[in-house]
Amino acid sequence: MIRDITLGQYYEADSVLHKLDPRVKLAFTVLYIVSLYVGKGLFCFAFAGAFLVFVIALSKVPVRFMLRGLRSILFLLIFSAILNMFMTDGRILAEWWIFKITWEGILMALQMMIRLVFLIMGSSLLTLTTTPNELTDGLEKALGFLKIFHVPVHEVGMMMSIALRFIPILIEEVNKIMKAQMARGADFDTGGLIKKAKAMLPMLIPLFISAFRRAGDLALAMEARCYHGGDGRTKLHLLKYKKADLIAYLVLLVYMAGMIVLRIFTGNVPLIPGVFASVTGPVKAEERA
Amino acid sequence: MQLELIHASYSYEPEKPDARLAVSDVSLTLNKGEFVGLIGHTGSGKSTLIQFLNGLLKPTSGDVLFEGRSILEKGYPVKTLRQRVGLVFQYPEYQLFEAEVFKDVCFGPKNMGLPKEEVEARAKKALALVGLGPDYYEKSPFELSGGEKRRAAIAGILAMEPDFLILDEPAAGLDPGGRNAILSEVSELNKKEGMGVILVSHSMEDVANYADRLLVMSDGKVLYDAPPREVFRHYRELEKIGLSAPQVTYIAHALRERGFMVSEDIMTVAEAKEEILRVLKMKEAGQPLPGNEEDPA
Repeated sequence: MIRDITLGQYYEADSVLHKLDPRVKLAFTVLYIVSLYVGKGLFCFAFAGAFLVFVIALSKVPVRFMLRGLRSILFLLIFSAILNMFMTDGRILAEWWIFKITWEGILMALQMMIRLVFLIMGSSLLTLTTTPNELTDGLEKALGFLKIFHVPVHEVGMMMSIALRFIPILIEEVNKIMKAQMARGADFDTGGLIKKAKAMLPMLIPLFISAFRRAGDLALAMEARCYHGGDGRTKLHLLKYKKADLIAYLVLLVYMAGMIVLRIFTGNVPLIPGVFASVTGPVKAEERA
Repeated sequence: MQLELIHASYSYEPEKPDARLAVSDVSLTLNKGEFVGLIGHTGSGKSTLIQFLNGLLKPTSGDVLFEGRSILEKGYPVKTLRQRVGLVFQYPEYQLFEAEVFKDVCFGPKNMGLPKEEVEARAKKALALVGLGPDYYEKSPFELSGGEKRRAAIAGILAMEPDFLILDEPAAGLDPGGRNAILSEVSELNKKEGMGVILVSHSMEDVANYADRLLVMSDGKVLYDAPPREVFRHYRELEKIGLSAPQVTYIAHALRERGFMVSEDIMTVAEAKEEILRVLKMKEAGQPLPGNEEDPA
């Protein structure tokens, strides 16, 4: 049932990555995504892949957890690959009616897929190794400079952590209400789409009512403990950089620099060099003729 | 008409063989017309057990029979079962969802596929049973008081006219007035309509007042299954599992220790009054107190 949904897919393990400051991991995620778009050609992607394997190995998160994240975007992956394959102009490999597959298209599709896979795996590492609370703490601190522009960083962070905290509570609530309505003969499983959507009402209305009730209660409880927002508020868990964090930043920096250097010197090497050469040959011959 | 559990067990983590069982090897038979009290410490498995009875939870091992037929069979009409075994969860008022009380009570019988007239007749009857008259039909559930909301929610189950009514702490969080009103209404349903009632409660007084059979659960097992009077004789054992006897029972024991020989089996205030008056009258008449003969005083 709904109980089985896991949100905030934290994987508990004792690894270097888990112990890192969340800000470092945020920086890693952002920079890694940037690097995937900076990179071009075989060597860059090989480098990005190698770095990803290195980080995953450090995280001690089983590979199947990473692949689970990919399953949800499988459709998107295939769809964008096919689109790229047909839509890119270039040397034609196969043709049928108005459809044509080009070598450039295949390369483009391949590059797109690698980018997406790396991107998802890289960013899922963040949520896999960081608890939701650490994550909001990190975000709040990292984005603290926005306060100058009157962005309520603390309040947004607080809302995020409360929202995350409430997910399991609401899931439990859904289970309770569903059971109570099933005891009154409600049927959530059979029927067409419209019937199913209608059947959700007896579950959704009490759920919303209870969510509002809980929100009101929580607001009162927070005010009773003198919560008044972020100004002058101290933290239970202070974020402080340790030696490992500085080393991690250094590694990240070296990776980024390496990526830029590779892009400049090997950016022209195509993803599948051998195949490409064999196609380029005849085209040139035609040109000569 | 019977509900039977046969060696029923339930584990919330069936993949772990050594996990603690929420319900462990329970066998019992519930008959129509009985008023059964079910008591136990928090986490003793009461709530899990009652969900077996209408098929919301399936025991991980063992069987559940309704009228002699296993409800775990493939293709057993679970929906019909749920209409005949009505289950009122804790804080049932949170399941109200319609804009009007009357419509909400109609939800159950409507799901049974009954014709409209029958649905409405049943809803009216159910609301009357819980003491909510026609003035309440068009009110929003949110205009009602806590006790009235709870009654409306119970009416939602009663409107299905079940043979068994299971109530999980129907009086929790109500003031004494609302509490007595709900429990005596349930008791009347049991006496007049012959409905089998299973009352889960934390209040020893409530089960002493209303139940004719008492089940005591501890650690997933049924420890006692006897009339309340007999169960409360084991008050020392009950204390060990975080329960107790009704307070008047303790008063009766204290009186006996001081040589005022009232019956040990007192469990309600009304009984205590009768018994104390009886003993006082005997004392006035100068008769020797019963059971006090060897006392040198």
